Amino acid sequence: MDGLRADVADYRTLAAAWGRAAMSYRASFVMLSLGGLVITALDFVAIAVLLSRATTLGGFGLREIALLYGASGLGIAVADLAVGQVERLGRHIRSGRLDTMLVRPTSLLVQVCTEEFSPRRISRVVQAAVVFGWGCGAVAWTPERVLLAGQMLVSATLLFGALFVGLACLQFWTTDGQQVANAFTYGGNTVTQYPLVIFPREVVLALTFAVPLAFVSWYPSLRLLDRPDPLGLPAALAWCSPVAVVLAVLATVLVWRAGVRRYTSTGS
Amino acid sequence: MPTPPVIVTRGLTRVFRRTEGDLRAVDDVDLEVTPGEFLGLLGLNGAGKSTAVKLLTGVLVPTAGSARVCGLEPAAQRRRLARRIGVVFGQRSALWWDLPLADSFTLVHRLYRTTPAHHRARLDELVDLLDLGPQLRQPVRSLSLGQRMRGELVAAMLHDPEVLFLDEPTIGLDVVSRARLRDVLRDLNARRATTIVLTTHDLPDVEALCRRVVVLDHGRLAHDGTLEGLHRLGRSTRILSVDLTEARPALTFPGLPGVHVVEVTDRVQRISLPLEQPAAPVIAAVVAQAGLRDLALQDPTLEGVMHALHGAGSTPAGSTPDRD
Repeated sequence: MDGLRADVADYRTLAAAWGRAAMSYRASFVMLSLGGLVITALDFVAIAVLLSRATTLGGFGLREIALLYGASGLGIAVADLAVGQVERLGRHIRSGRLDTMLVRPTSLLVQVCTEEFSPRRISRVVQAAVVFGWGCGAVAWTPERVLLAGQMLVSATLLFGALFVGLACLQFWTTDGQQVANAFTYGGNTVTQYPLVIFPREVVLALTFAVPLAFVSWYPSLRLLDRPDPLGLPAALAWCSPVAVVLAVLATVLVWRAGVRRYTSTGS
Repeated sequence: MPTPPVIVTRGLTRVFRRTEGDLRAVDDVDLEVTPGEFLGLLGLNGAGKSTAVKLLTGVLVPTAGSARVCGLEPAAQRRRLARRIGVVFGQRSALWWDLPLADSFTLVHRLYRTTPAHHRARLDELVDLLDLGPQLRQPVRSLSLGQRMRGELVAAMLHDPEVLFLDEPTIGLDVVSRARLRDVLRDLNARRATTIVLTTHDLPDVEALCRRVVVLDHGRLAHDGTLEGLHRLGRSTRILSVDLTEARPALTFPGLPGVHVVEVTDRVQRISLPLEQPAAPVIAAVVAQAGLRDLALQDPTLEGVMHALHGAGSTPAGSTPDRD
């Protein structure tokens, strides 16, 4: 546990230093943040426009979709802010920066995730939080549902975080792993923004048991909105997000270790 | 009782599997370094110097054999070892590019968890020694190469490492920066008794700094000893260039064994002297035979030595010289 505490301290040290560096170009920082906010805001507006014609999507109204969208969006935005820099792993390998990281007493993962950390990614967190907040109006709140919503957001963040790191590890093996990784992370985000009922049954099952993104927002939200599972899967799945998180994190740790081992034994 | 070595390798080997055939970048190297030594690790490009440093710092896992640095196994105990060694990769910055130099040093202090008092004292000492005071507020990316390299050195020394690995630290530096860096390294080695392993193919670096020279040739240990020993091995000579008052056929030196003219260009003759041969009798012999306008005496270069070593033919089949 001591090691973990030291890692967290190192993470804060490095992220804060990079954050200060990003802020030193204040104009550029403000422009990029505002730009990011406008673009992500338009993203949800597009869905709203779509629903102004159809009014429901797979039986879900705009506010309910906002809940799904916000939960998934918050998860990926916070995860992206925290560990998204890991996608530059391949660049650090090619430039030799990884070697300089390996000779420091600091966790390699912490160094890779904080390298060039920029707080401007917070604009996506803000947008997703606003949409989620609005979507919360569709829920008849009970103490149990508050707890479930909290669990959903934490799980979504951890799942996307594990996915970011795990998929970035592809770059230990192939230099162009990043495109594949984006397909899963950002692609996964796009899919889980919608009610999964609009997708074929096979897709939903794959997102439940293979890449467990259905736990990001779909199953918990069904319960929050008091809806039965359209595929007839047990309602208890709503509470299973932590299981999916533990499995995803464990798999990611194994892949990361294998990747580092591969690097130190090939040096490529 | 002799001090235990700070670096020990036994049969250290690193093979890179490649489609063109396996490359033995470091091949069966036995090495012992005692604390306080200033070791020059020499070799032409692709001789395996950088791979050796990576093996000793835990960046690479050995294919065979073993290494111990500060009593630790580098790859298996990489992060523990990192606290006790400093590493400078000449072509890669360990500093934080967009941050002011001072922030990079503060980060090193936080990441290595040195005490504030220790950090301040050490920082003041090193910044003073390397004369970086005026650059502290500048972002690293705006520093000159020489300034940056001195910054790298400070960052690598702030936590008082027992061993300092310097992989081609003088590459690309101008003559002045290079001389200055050498002064600093000599001082660090003498003052702190820090063990320094310097890889370079800049041969004057080694001549100026290293009492012990290890030469890698295609991954194999080709020489481990003094610089003089290396010169003997490479049959080094000094060259006396004489500019005569008129063009003459090659001069002869009957009473001076080993002394002979290697090249005649118009009025200038280049005379080869064995290392142990003093120059004065040779100059006297020149003056006895011809009018002397000017002369220059050139010490042996290690390039020449390496060339001679290579000429001896120790090239294993299947290796390529372009890897480093």
